[in-house]
Amino acid sequence: MSNETRPTNGYIIEDAWAKLARATPARIALGRAGTGLPTREVLRFALAHAQARDAVHTPFEAEATAAAIAALGFETLHVASAAPSREAYLRRPDLGRKLSEEGRATLAPYAGSAPDLALVVADGLSSTAIHAQAAPFLAALKPRLAEEGWSTGPVVIASQARVALGDEVGEILACRAVAVLIGERPGLSSPDSLGLYLTFAPRVGRSDAERNCISNVRGDGLSHDHAAFKLAWLLKEALARRLTGVSLKDESDLLLVAGKPPASRLAG
Amino acid sequence: MPYRHLIGPRSYVFADLKELMAKATPLRSGDMLAGIAATSAEENVAARMCLAEVPLATFLTEALVPYEADEVTRLIIDTHDASAFRPVSHMTVGDFRDFLLSDAASPQALAALAPAVTPEMAAAVSKIMRNQDLIAVARKCRVVTKFRDTIGLPGTMAVRLQPNHPTDDPAGITASILDGLLYGCGDAVIGINPASDSIPVLSELLKLTDDIIARFDIPTQACLLTHVTTSTEVINRGVPVDLVFQSIAGTQAANASFGINLATLREGHEAALSLKRGTLGDNVMYFETGQGSALSANAHHGVDQQTLEARAYAVARPFRPLLVNTVVGFIGPEYLYDGKQIIRAGLEDHFCGKLMGVPLGCDVCYTNHAEADQDDMDTLMTLLGAAGVTYIMGIPGSDDVMLNYQSTSFHDQLYLRDVLGLKRAPEFEAWLQSMGITGPDGRLKPQGGANPLLAYAPGLAA
Repeated sequence: MSNETRPTNGYIIEDAWAKLARATPARIALGRAGTGLPTREVLRFALAHAQARDAVHTPFEAEATAAAIAALGFETLHVASAAPSREAYLRRPDLGRKLSEEGRATLAPYAGSAPDLALVVADGLSSTAIHAQAAPFLAALKPRLAEEGWSTGPVVIASQARVALGDEVGEILACRAVAVLIGERPGLSSPDSLGLYLTFAPRVGRSDAERNCISNVRGDGLSHDHAAFKLAWLLKEALARRLTGVSLKDESDLLLVAGKPPASRLAG
Repeated sequence: MPYRHLIGPRSYVFADLKELMAKATPLRSGDMLAGIAATSAEENVAARMCLAEVPLATFLTEALVPYEADEVTRLIIDTHDASAFRPVSHMTVGDFRDFLLSDAASPQALAALAPAVTPEMAAAVSKIMRNQDLIAVARKCRVVTKFRDTIGLPGTMAVRLQPNHPTDDPAGITASILDGLLYGCGDAVIGINPASDSIPVLSELLKLTDDIIARFDIPTQACLLTHVTTSTEVINRGVPVDLVFQSIAGTQAANASFGINLATLREGHEAALSLKRGTLGDNVMYFETGQGSALSANAHHGVDQQTLEARAYAVARPFRPLLVNTVVGFIGPEYLYDGKQIIRAGLEDHFCGKLMGVPLGCDVCYTNHAEADQDDMDTLMTLLGAAGVTYIMGIPGSDDVMLNYQSTSFHDQLYLRDVLGLKRAPEFEAWLQSMGITGPDGRLKPQGGANPLLAYAPGLAA
């Protein structure tokens, strides 16, 4: 308990309620230099922003990602969206939702193979998230798929891709459902967060209200195991009830359902 | 009717008023995405020159979004104040700009004119104005609103205290509220974006903010930024609600994508009014808007995003809101690509809202996939402070840990007050002094751990 200000270099006015900060990840009790942030806070913020920016712009290591996923025993394919560059991807969400010509050709041999679940790994707005989370998540998911006897077909690695690209992939494969693993819009404190979108009977033109979303899969968020449990639970319900979206709610109530307000406004 | 403009040997033709408006808009990614932007710099200026010659009265007869198909257009046309319009009825868009900048456009004259300004007129003139024009004219517009304090007086700027938490944890939200109050924030509203939409969670948060405001007798108001129908439902269950919130857009179809129409808003407005919780006034609505929302809902009718944004203020206007907020950089770079576009849009939105008589604030913000950073936000907030913005956001350390974007901070408003001499709402300013948070000059006093506010969270405080 201190009743006086606590100068450090003599110019910073520290806040006497530092213990409040234990209650929230928000940046409170930062102290001030005049009306501004102390140097340490300006630089801490700049680092977090730099990491979030890098998460958006770091080139997607599709081959390394494919290798890590292949090592788990999955067959992999690589496709790209119709967005020719990162800049085009950011400006033209519509292009990120469509396969390139080459991508369609790559998938052609698998057309109509009708797996229970198609898996798409998409860079989305954070390649960092895919590099860090995609393979460990699939490792956690694999035994749950095997347990239920669900077939998956090849894991489709997709560059410059948005969630709805999974609809076209799923339509070509004629799968029962598609799960898109995608790098989420990076927050300042969460540059490497993975999102999972499940869509029953995918086809081009599905709306976001027809998907279920599991958000915030990362070290300080939802664990890979827990996320895999949730996805398997949702898939089982989706296949039984023949739907996904707003009318399929996770009983655990921890799930973010697409169509809700923008806490999880993701890579859409 | 096509519009034409000649530049040298080249004749530019614009098929109709909405094409002319779109091509005259300063370049932004959302209009490019919609395929309606000018395709060359010269075409952009040709359209502005052509637009400057269009009589203001044209906007009353040539609807950009069809009257028959859109209740927002019907609202704009049916409630237009013809007698207030008379002083400018002979002007072209270009004349209108000159008038607005002249001394003839006094604060009183602009206030009298506001009900005659349609969003299309405001948007049109803004397209031929430079940033300094948008600042100079907005600064002359006075829009004052009241609930438990007085917002919008000349020389003041209010702050929304935005204490969001990723899981709506009451202790976490309380911690951010106390931090914000101790930094002198919260005279616009204590406004929470909840992560949940479950009624029990929302009710608990509303009781929390009501309790803090009542316990310390704070001259401010609380708001939970949830769907208007949810607020109406919560009111019916007897939970204390000060302000009713809703996101709104400029077309009927875009509003439908938000699950609302004008009738839904009227129900929410009446429910909030019925509680009579305001002590100084009965401005009970809080609206948020943002360029690009109509395009993102595929409900833009080929109209440029800035004009549609101004139409959202026409949706807000009849409800006499306490606060309207353009969340300018939130929606992403496909609508506003970089700092330059965000800054321009923030100034346009603020100008259009104020000219129309709406109490416009701005969430000066960006996402991490936009080409923008804190320096851009410093620029925009300083410009808006000079323009007399009604309020800005106050978010701990600029980092909204629930919505994952960056906005203005508790510290930022202190900077603006120091640099521009901006005061808080007078009732709130007096309260801060009575709590020993600020001195007579409005600046923060050094705080020990003994401020009575900290007793609210005994388990958390120093």
